[in-house]
Amino acid sequence: MSNSIGLVEPKKVTLDKGLRLESGKELKKIELIYESYGTLNEDLSNAVLICHALSGNHHAAGIYEDEKRAGWWDALIGPGKAIDTNKFYVVCPNNIGGCHGSTGPTSINQETGEIYGPDFPMITVKDWVKCQSMLSDHLKIKKWHAVVGGSLGGMQALEWSRLFPKRIEKAGVIAAAPKLSAQNIAFNEVARQAILNDPDFEEGRYLSKNKTPKQGLRLARMVGHITYLSEEAMRNKFGRELKEEKLSFGFDAEFEIESYLRHQGDVFSEQFDANTYLLMTKILDYFDPANEHEGDLAAAFNPIEAQILVMSFSTDWRFSPDRSKEIVNALIKAKKKVSYIEVNSPHGHDSFLFADDAYVKGLSSFLES
Amino acid sequence: MNTIEVIKNWTSTKSEVLDLGCGDGEILKTLKDELQINALGVEINQSNINICIQSGVNVIQQNIDDGLGNFSDKSFDTVIMSQTIQVLKNPKQALLEVTRIGNESIVTIPNFGYWTTRLKLLFLGKMPITGSLPKTWHETENIHLCTIKDFEILCKECGIDIKEKKFFSSSGRENLLTNTFPNFFATSAIYKISK
Repeated sequence: MSNSIGLVEPKKVTLDKGLRLESGKELKKIELIYESYGTLNEDLSNAVLICHALSGNHHAAGIYEDEKRAGWWDALIGPGKAIDTNKFYVVCPNNIGGCHGSTGPTSINQETGEIYGPDFPMITVKDWVKCQSMLSDHLKIKKWHAVVGGSLGGMQALEWSRLFPKRIEKAGVIAAAPKLSAQNIAFNEVARQAILNDPDFEEGRYLSKNKTPKQGLRLARMVGHITYLSEEAMRNKFGRELKEEKLSFGFDAEFEIESYLRHQGDVFSEQFDANTYLLMTKILDYFDPANEHEGDLAAAFNPIEAQILVMSFSTDWRFSPDRSKEIVNALIKAKKKVSYIEVNSPHGHDSFLFADDAYVKGLSSFLES
Repeated sequence: MNTIEVIKNWTSTKSEVLDLGCGDGEILKTLKDELQINALGVEINQSNINICIQSGVNVIQQNIDDGLGNFSDKSFDTVIMSQTIQVLKNPKQALLEVTRIGNESIVTIPNFGYWTTRLKLLFLGKMPITGSLPKTWHETENIHLCTIKDFEILCKECGIDIKEKKFFSSSGRENLLTNTFPNFFATSAIYKISK
């Protein structure tokens, strides 16, 4: 692609300071893997932090030498794109608890010399944001021009504006929700049960037994994937198309949608760590900034100083526009600087990954104003 | 004075201002630059919204016809509704909402009682097309046009106080005729109201 950032390489940083987690536990030494694109300007005022979602990682844009597939937000990040790398210095870390190079369940626990596995402490969105602030210190970035993310990433952007009001100029909160609904948690629980009940899960110690609970992960991803797409997108993309000409009267993948989901599950189960998946879904379930304020979201937003853009997508039923409006209305009530755009897009929750025109224009106007 | 000058006069420095149907945010931008107000717009059109955001005006994408329940009572010093009420499905409801949300409200309307509109309807027998109402009856967004007299009757019905009002000619300014016979000579009117 002509406007791609091109070849990129991840960087790694060790944060020796350690982090006291919301659960009370402590991570003494943290390794963070991250990527950066564009150039930091002299007064350090053009840095944009990207927060990834459930299954994302630090590889947000560009390509690796040995891999054709571009980063997960390549449609939005690059020269002349919504998050313009000609203008901004863009940083995207893999969060702690992840499985792509940052300290997480697949890392060695320094205290025991063993793989963490199920012993990796429970993490929260707040912990992530604090950890990202440690990365900011390391990069000498006192104030982010913007923190931007979609879905669980949007929740981090929102949390940034609450926890570090002086360190963030703008927050892009995209396809997010102020907390999960019972239905959201229900889907997460199905995903967890799929993993926990896989015979190869081995109570989370599968790696030391040279196993991986692939079936569980595969099923978890398939369920998740259904919630990422809209009914309309599925209908348009797959309809009731058959792989072969006629019905086979069996349980093989006959419909295109079946084979698509199976493929998505297969690819994912090869690449992702089951303990990380469990952790990520819990992080989502726990997110609820209003909880510390007796359910008053506006009160939870009181410390915010940043300019906030909330964006939602018309066909997103996982975190529907109404959920974004809850955030917007609480921000209005708290008298914060907020803008809201509801983008017409057919792709359901996944819309935040596509460079829809209205979405790109809205986001770039916000970042560049 | 023209509309924007009147709005500036009626708005306090550093106050909280909500503009319902803010368009490209021009009014709010002027008030922000000159009176350092805290501005928030409500708009439905995507390209207008992008212009607002580009010029640093906070804006919420929302259809006023779907209700304004997300804005609490008297939460803004001033609520502006400029050249918007005639495109809404329920102008009466909107007027009540505007006065509920704002301590004071500023509403502007196009005047259908303007003499050329009257004459066009009288002599041509067709819905009038004028400089301020340039579209045919079936293409216009203006589904609830009223005259200055109609608007004031509605305010009275709703128990809304008209604190100040000004009338503009087709040149967008006040003159002797618009001030003497507004319902005949003014093309638009601006009101400061509250309830």
